[in-house]
Amino acid sequence: FSCSGYRINSDGKPEKFQPPPKPVIVDKQKQREERRFLSPEFIPPRGRTDPLKFYIERKDMIQRRKVFNIPEFYVGSVLAVTTADPYANEKTNRFVGICIQRGGKGLGATFVLRNVIEDQGVEVCYELYNPRIQAIEVLKLEKRLDDNLMYLRDALPEYSTFDMNMKPVSRLDHEEIPVNKLQVRMKPKPWSKRWERPKYNVKGIKFELPEKKMKEAQKWSQPWLEFDMLREYDTSKIEEKIWKEVSEELKK
Amino acid sequence: SITGACRAIQKLTRVRVVDNSALGNTPYHRPPKCIHVYNKTGVGKVGDRILLAIKGEKKKALIVGHKMPGPTMTPRFDSNNVVLIEDNGNPIGTRIKTPIPYILRQKGEFSKVLAIARNFV
Repeated sequence: FSCSGYRINSDGKPEKFQPPPKPVIVDKQKQREERRFLSPEFIPPRGRTDPLKFYIERKDMIQRRKVFNIPEFYVGSVLAVTTADPYANEKTNRFVGICIQRGGKGLGATFVLRNVIEDQGVEVCYELYNPRIQAIEVLKLEKRLDDNLMYLRDALPEYSTFDMNMKPVSRLDHEEIPVNKLQVRMKPKPWSKRWERPKYNVKGIKFELPEKKMKEAQKWSQPWLEFDMLREYDTSKIEEKIWKEVSEELKK
Repeated sequence: SITGACRAIQKLTRVRVVDNSALGNTPYHRPPKCIHVYNKTGVGKVGDRILLAIKGEKKKALIVGHKMPGPTMTPRFDSNNVVLIEDNGNPIGTRIKTPIPYILRQKGEFSKVLAIARNFV
């Protein structure tokens, strides 16, 4: 082996010891803080109600969140919910399912979980702030192409089946939430809603309908809706204010 | 073309028999239909008794799940499920594979039906 002190330079003198370059430490803490998640039920709906009502509701929501941890999840993530049930054995009832819809604002916020058990599709609508809920676990955190996965009712049952004893999928903290670009195959028509119509704006279905039907569905498109200024509701500033308020309260 | 599945169960709704009884599982050219609901309102929810017309016979049945969304925290099924029952409340089949909601335990007269059920939701 060779030592740097013994090496002879082109000048003929021994080379001075060069220490190895310092390792670059990337501060992951800062990267993590850049990603904020505000649960959608905190954002008040557009209307003429007094903001005081939403402020009081938010205080109650934060109180509940301090006692019981409601994790971050999106439509399309797989959750396991244990509730207290007076009529069940061991008084607890555990249900695993994919979240297909998140509705309601404030304390009445709900989410619907869907699963197919023994060839029977089952959906349960849970209230986020209901005191009967004992635990919410996120088994798989991911997003899908749509905000509303109601079309899973008309899709092949394999897309809604999840094992009741599924193990939670591990993921690193600072990674971005993966978007599952799955295109779902549907059962033959008739469906509960005409999902091919542009009103539903569904991106996660692989339509195997003939071109003629797809063109006919575009007859119901309303291209003027996206330019309608009265329907605009910009929530970015409201979200900033509420995020600051909520994160401060939760840290206390 | 046929109308879509009815949400709650009332007269003339087609139902799906969920237990393993011979009457419920043998194929027939007409699906089992409800002809009467034993309720003050004619609308049957989970835990109500109904009269079913199957294979040309009248049989009583118990509703174990419907498509209509009920109170929050209760499950909603993708088909209207029914279990065949005798007049005294004894089930005809011996096994129920599909999941049954826990709410049925509230009314104490269905303990025999719950005893043959395998999965609960």
